[in-house]
Amino acid sequence: MNATPDIACGRLSALELSQNFADAHPALTAPQAALEADRCLYCFDAPCMEACPTSIDIPKFIKAIATGNLAGSARTILESNILGGSCARVCPTEILCEQACVHNSLEAGKPVRIGALQRFATDWQMDHGGQPFTRAPLTGRRVAVVGAGPAGLACAHRLAMHGHDVVLFDRHAQPGGLNSYGVAAYKLADDFAQREVAFLMEIGGIAFQGGVTVGRDVTVSALGAEYDAVFLATGLAGVRALGLAGETLDGVMDAVSFIETVRSNDKKDVPVGRRVVVIGGGNTAVDAAVQARRLGADEVTLVYRRGGEHMSATSVEREWAQTNGVTVRLWAAPQRLLAEDGALTGIAFARGRAGADGRVVYDPEDSFTLAADMVLKAIGQVFLPAHAEGEHIAVEGGRIVVDGQYRTSMPGVYAGGDCIVGEDLTVAAVRDGRDAAEAIDKALRAGDGPGRGVEQENG
Amino acid sequence: MADLRTVFAGISSPNPFWLASAPPTDKEYNVRRAFQAGWGGVVWKTLGEDPPVVNVSSRYGALAYEGRRMAGLNNIELISDRPLATNIAEIKSVKRDFPDRALVVSLMVPCREDSWKSILPIVEETGADGIELNFGCPHGMSERNMGAAVGQVPEYVEMVTRWCKQYTRMPVIVKLTPNITNILAPARAALAGGADAVSLINTIQSVIGVDLDAMAPMPVVGGQGTHGGYCGPAVKPIALRMIGDIARDPELSALPISGIGGISNWRDAAEFLAMGSTTLQVCTAAMHYGFRIVEDMIDGLSSWMDGKNYAGIGDVTGRAIPRYVHWNDLNLKFRTLARIDQDACIKCGLCHIACEDTSHQAIARLRDGEARRYEVIDEECVGCNLCAHVCPVDGCITMEPQPVDGVQTWRDHPNNPSRVTA
Ligand SMILES: Cc1cc2nc3c(=O)[nH]c(=O)nc-3n(C[C@H](O)[C@H](O)[C@H](O)COP(=O)(O)OP(=O)(O)OC[C@H]3O[C@@H](n4cnc5c(N)ncnc54)[C@H](O)[C@@H]3O)c2cc1C
Ligand SMILES: Cc1cc2nc3c(=O)[nH]c(=O)nc-3n(C[C@H](O)[C@H](O)[C@H](O)COP(=O)(O)O)c2cc1C
Ligand code: SF4
Ligand code: SF4
Ligand code: SF4
Repeated sequence: MNATPDIACGRLSALELSQNFADAHPALTAPQAALEADRCLYCFDAPCMEACPTSIDIPKFIKAIATGNLAGSARTILESNILGGSCARVCPTEILCEQACVHNSLEAGKPVRIGALQRFATDWQMDHGGQPFTRAPLTGRRVAVVGAGPAGLACAHRLAMHGHDVVLFDRHAQPGGLNSYGVAAYKLADDFAQREVAFLMEIGGIAFQGGVTVGRDVTVSALGAEYDAVFLATGLAGVRALGLAGETLDGVMDAVSFIETVRSNDKKDVPVGRRVVVIGGGNTAVDAAVQARRLGADEVTLVYRRGGEHMSATSVEREWAQTNGVTVRLWAAPQRLLAEDGALTGIAFARGRAGADGRVVYDPEDSFTLAADMVLKAIGQVFLPAHAEGEHIAVEGGRIVVDGQYRTSMPGVYAGGDCIVGEDLTVAAVRDGRDAAEAIDKALRAGDGPGRGVEQENG
Repeated sequence: MADLRTVFAGISSPNPFWLASAPPTDKEYNVRRAFQAGWGGVVWKTLGEDPPVVNVSSRYGALAYEGRRMAGLNNIELISDRPLATNIAEIKSVKRDFPDRALVVSLMVPCREDSWKSILPIVEETGADGIELNFGCPHGMSERNMGAAVGQVPEYVEMVTRWCKQYTRMPVIVKLTPNITNILAPARAALAGGADAVSLINTIQSVIGVDLDAMAPMPVVGGQGTHGGYCGPAVKPIALRMIGDIARDPELSALPISGIGGISNWRDAAEFLAMGSTTLQVCTAAMHYGFRIVEDMIDGLSSWMDGKNYAGIGDVTGRAIPRYVHWNDLNLKFRTLARIDQDACIKCGLCHIACEDTSHQAIARLRDGEARRYEVIDEECVGCNLCAHVCPVDGCITMEPQPVDGVQTWRDHPNNPSRVTA
């Protein structure tokens, strides 16, 4: 008997791999963009705009595409959302702007393709224009931003624009956060995350320091003492465990680390099981399952404990999983990891159903087993409060507590993105970062910046 | 089935759809294809004296609007650039093979009696059904004292028309230029000269656009541009008005009209008939989509006439004219109010912002939580129709006529300083 599960690299040829991890939704051509832009009605008080967490002026940027004013279009997008390029690629538009588009009332499922148009305009800017913003006169203020994901990057850019200097810390060697190592590879193909970071950094005044874990290498208090303000954008660094025996077996992995391996390595060097079971019902579960398939796994089953309508993955993502050959099984809770000779062989599930009170009841007697070489856990990410511990930073329900101005309970320390309460989406993180930067700027200009107590400057 | 046959200035055709004198009727090859496709008649591309004119390369400019191509077309072409004899031989051959179709020859020669006198017998010999005098071309030819240069001077129109009537037995149609303030003057001149009919409009002087890189008007010919003649869907309203003005004029009402200008489908055609036309000439729509467009024109017009119980074209011609009045005759007591069909409304807000910014602040923008609602404020609405035009959903905003209490026109309105007090 083979005592190791069937997990291997290079199940597919280099060509197949490169096709599988290319852009999932290719860019619009110029004539396509012109046609699509002309569909937009240029609504007043546009519902799409209200549905965008960063409130991009959608009719305005689309009109500018229609008139051939691509620089103006890109600027309109980027002044609300400096990560407009990655949002155009990763946003679940089907539950955001495109869901609100009035065209759905004319014909269901036929909104203006806002995301694709946004990509068209921002791509144009990155190909032609470089950074469209310049810095205000320098203020001499310095802000520490912890975490170089979407929230941290958006905050750093806006602060730099207002004339403040920023040091951007991250425990990873590369900036980008989940854009660099979390979001599915085919959503941000061609190294887009790094190209976008470089584009954003062109504004100047942002120094990146990778490989620094705040809380371990330097404390938040120490940063607070050295800088005029601190912004925490550390995301959700932990993952939830199944709470089953055998979680340390070879082949049992958390989906986020699996995806990070996919994102950080040449695809031919990424090991994947022949039979993969993914547990969870969100984005992460779908992304892990699809990428496992695209690496060459024979069978990928996504198992969720409740019904399809309860999954946090959108209907578009569920369909995406299915068109990629992922089998979806519902109403089943993981019961036991199975092993032979210390090697993972499968996983047993209890079947469940909605009980009278609406809660799910699982019947331990009614179970089934799926053979598996690899089990990926995607049952939620959690905030790891290590850097907040021992500081005067209130944490509640597993997230940092902030007020309407993104202020934590510790003076001069702000927080935003996934590490605070709210939707865990790239675009929501960008909004937090941008708005926290505005709050910090306002506070610094009002002269109540803590830290070194630099004199107020009217920069 | 409605009878679409027409007799216009003595010329018969199986349906009122003719191709206007232009590139679609430039040579035998095209005209044969047009007749095969079902066109009732053609006006052959304008012939002139030899040696033929020379055309430039790059001849058209077009107006696109929000993704729709050729809402208007502008050309800087001249009349036929082929030798007279070639055209004459081809006309003869086509007419022989399509005796039931109308074949009219458009002519433009210098404003001299002998020029007209010598070309007319040559044309007559082809067996063509009639001639159309091109007094309309607004560019290139008018600089040579032909085309619009003649059409803009009523005395010349009358004089040339008279020559033609004198030297040929063919019916004479005078094609009018719209590049004039009062269309009635040349129409009266044509009548006075003995014209059997008029056709209008020819193209409108225009600069279609400016190439912002070349910094020259379009179309750019070797770095320069010139004004041209404008036609296509955008000119339809101008044509309808000029045709209507002639049709309702008591002195001119007997003069048959061949309507031209932006006719693109059967509905346009019906409108041109209703405003006084008997035949219809089409150019741009055919240049855009080819000759096959006539199929739906014939089919659509005939179904519509059936639905309205109009037996023949004569029942439609001029039907709207009794109701084409001067502004002073409109009833100032009539009112309509905008009505929004809330179920059809898609909440784009366009009606609100149009009325709010540019009309009468008569559409309220309401919010019920997330839900948007737009409502007409009857007391403020003046019934201007703007909202109904901007609304992207057909039939969502309708204008509802209100009960009318009598008639008051401007002529007898107290605000009119020169009102007639009987
Ligand atoms: C697998 C996966 C797929 C996703 N797909 C999508 C998608 O398609 N569309 C979408 O809108 N959203 C998606 N999301 C969610 C989205 O990626 C996040 O909402 C977004 O990245 C949050 O941004 P952030 O800046 O708050 O945090 P992150 O992007 O998580 O960035 C946090 C950064 O902080 C750093 N950090 C953490 N702790 C410390 C510390 N102590 N010291 C120094 N640095 C630290 C981390 O290294 C990281 O770079 C996905 C998430 C996952 C996990
Ligand atoms: C390219 C082009 C060339 C034309 N040449 C002539 C011409 O030689 N003689 C003439 O009487 N009208 C000429 N016209 C005008 C058309 O016959 C017609 O009056 C005008 O285009 C309006 O009709 P439409 O809107 O259907 O195109 C020309 C029009 C175009 C577009
Ligand atoms: S709702 Fe749709 S049509 Fe209206 S502005 Fe937004 S994208 Fe355009
Ligand atoms: S008809 Fe005119 S005034 Fe009345 S609501 Fe519409 S736009 Fe406003
Ligand atoms: S323009 Fe028409 S669809 Fe748009 S809000 Fe007004 S009534 Fe509704």
